[in-house]
Amino acid sequence: MSDHILEVSSLKKYFRTGRKSILKAVDDVSFQIKRGETLGLVGESGCGKTTVGRTLVRIYEPDAGTILFDGQDISKMNKKESREMTRRMQMIFQDPYASLNAFYTIGEIIGEGLDIHHLCRNKKEREDRIVELLDMVGLHQDHRNRFPHEFSGGQRQRVGIARALALNPKFIVCDEAISALDVSIQAQVINLLMRFQQDLDLTYLFIAHDLSMVRHISTRTAVMYVGTIVESGETQELYNNPLHPYTQGLLSAVPVANPDYERGHERILMEGEVPSPINPGPGCRFAGRCRFAEERCRMELPMLKDVGAGHMVACHSV
Amino acid sequence: MEERLLSIENLEVSFHTYAGEIHAVRGVSFHVDKGETLAIVGESGCGKSVSMQTIMGLLPSPPAFIKNGRILYKQEDILKKTDREMEHYRGNEFAMIFQDSMTSLNPTMRVGKQMCEGITKHQKQSRKQAREIAVEMLKNVGLPNPEQVYCRYPHTLSGGQRQRVMIAMAIACKPGILFADEPTTALDVTMQAQILDLMNHLKKQTESSIVLVTHDLGVVARMADRIAVMYAGQIVESGTARQIFYEPKHPYTWGLLGAMPDTDKQRGSELYSIPGTPPDLFAPPEGCAFAARCEYCMQACRKEDPPETKAAQGHMARCWLLDERAISVEPPEGVIPKPLAATDEMVQEGCG
Repeated sequence: MSDHILEVSSLKKYFRTGRKSILKAVDDVSFQIKRGETLGLVGESGCGKTTVGRTLVRIYEPDAGTILFDGQDISKMNKKESREMTRRMQMIFQDPYASLNAFYTIGEIIGEGLDIHHLCRNKKEREDRIVELLDMVGLHQDHRNRFPHEFSGGQRQRVGIARALALNPKFIVCDEAISALDVSIQAQVINLLMRFQQDLDLTYLFIAHDLSMVRHISTRTAVMYVGTIVESGETQELYNNPLHPYTQGLLSAVPVANPDYERGHERILMEGEVPSPINPGPGCRFAGRCRFAEERCRMELPMLKDVGAGHMVACHSV
Repeated sequence: MEERLLSIENLEVSFHTYAGEIHAVRGVSFHVDKGETLAIVGESGCGKSVSMQTIMGLLPSPPAFIKNGRILYKQEDILKKTDREMEHYRGNEFAMIFQDSMTSLNPTMRVGKQMCEGITKHQKQSRKQAREIAVEMLKNVGLPNPEQVYCRYPHTLSGGQRQRVMIAMAIACKPGILFADEPTTALDVTMQAQILDLMNHLKKQTESSIVLVTHDLGVVARMADRIAVMYAGQIVESGTARQIFYEPKHPYTWGLLGAMPDTDKQRGSELYSIPGTPPDLFAPPEGCAFAARCEYCMQACRKEDPPETKAAQGHMARCWLLDERAISVEPPEGVIPKPLAATDEMVQEGCG
């Protein structure tokens, strides 16, 4: 078995938004995830990070590129094969209010996957499994007969996690799994996710815009900007030594809960806004906001290159 | 002596619902001085937005009603004002920036027209002058082509641009206090940094005060001079920014600080988290509202509500741990951020 649980190369996902306009949500993205590690995927809204996650679990069909999961190319699988694959690959969604079916009880929501994949031989086994899962995520077994609206946001997210864990997956895509929650509840859910990673030997793709949380949970981090990965590397290295001008600006914008630090340090202010991913020009997507942009940046898209120890940067001036 | 602009005394606000009475705000007192930024921190449902809307006179009554308390603005009790008189305060003296710029701007009106509405009403300007002021304000908040933005509808602007329009609208009449209810929660970090800088810049320029409601302690650290921490309808701790971040006294404040991942904390280490969820405000618990989630809970905590106890000059906490009879408890390790070596400059700025 290879070291990597997931290898994505040249993944593309375009959406047609008009007769001549194509929204390039994910444009030539490649990355690998090692078994048991957490890859943090960060970027501003609209940069395509959610589309990457959704394409991986085949909610969207990729337009080009390959996704090797455990050595198998899942981008070209038929329905039957991909069903087997989804058992090992699950997703936790952002909005705990919209991602649970309001007409199902908690037990039905968690048990649905068990039924589809015929994982339980009889009713008793199914019930036991549901109780076990509820217990794992810190909910009471009586909760299984209740409906989602009876729960708080944090509790719903726990249900979402239980649903994802029900099928014993190896790999979970956490799409902004904590951003809708309050600070103290966020910490609870993060602790829960980190514990399951240890106990159940899980691999995560952790998609988020909260850079400080990503720093805390990820082994490696990739930064996306308008459909492309601009920088990736070991989390420590990337946060301490960001090389891409966008990463530098992004990290410097993160507010730190320490007044002395906040008042003491200079911020790199990025002017302007994220450009539209519809019909992007030929050059570097960040050129319009970059302090160091040259002629070449506007003409030629920089490729990711290794600058040592797996730290990859896509910038002409590095 | 700083000029006291606004003081809230023992405010209690409840809502009547079919399920019973919700005690949303339970005896809140704080004050705002001229030119300072006060941050109110707390989780959703702790009553921070309700307190703010009560000051603005924006709460519909019924279902809301003010049970007790006074709100003094420049020594006048504004709770006694009629609706007519309040109209003078809203816009002229108080202005508000809301969290969701999409729903708080009128989608059927062009940006310019919405802005001029307030300006013509409060400043008795002609329509032509109002237009000039509006364009000037749009320019002040850093929108490129203010003339163009003036003629556009809100949905054609991005989230950051709409938030700028709201700020422009709020400061158009030069209010004494700017209330900002989670002004950057819906924005990305880079846009958030731009908007926060803009607010700080405008505060200096217009010498107004800011009351910032947020749950993001990073934003608080960047903006606030003083901080009030709210929990279950009460202020559980208040003090200067440095007091709250470096010498917090209340276990809830410790929990909030500990829940933030920090550069000092080991990657992958367990975050300090508060177990459980906030109490139901239909029936606030007897004693301290935080007792059920507090790991230092004593017998007294469940029986009686802790009084406001002074910890230092301008630093107050509601916790029995501060009582002289209680054992002394140190906050858990790794919760409190490390103060950096303070330079003379920072002390003079009033952070010290």
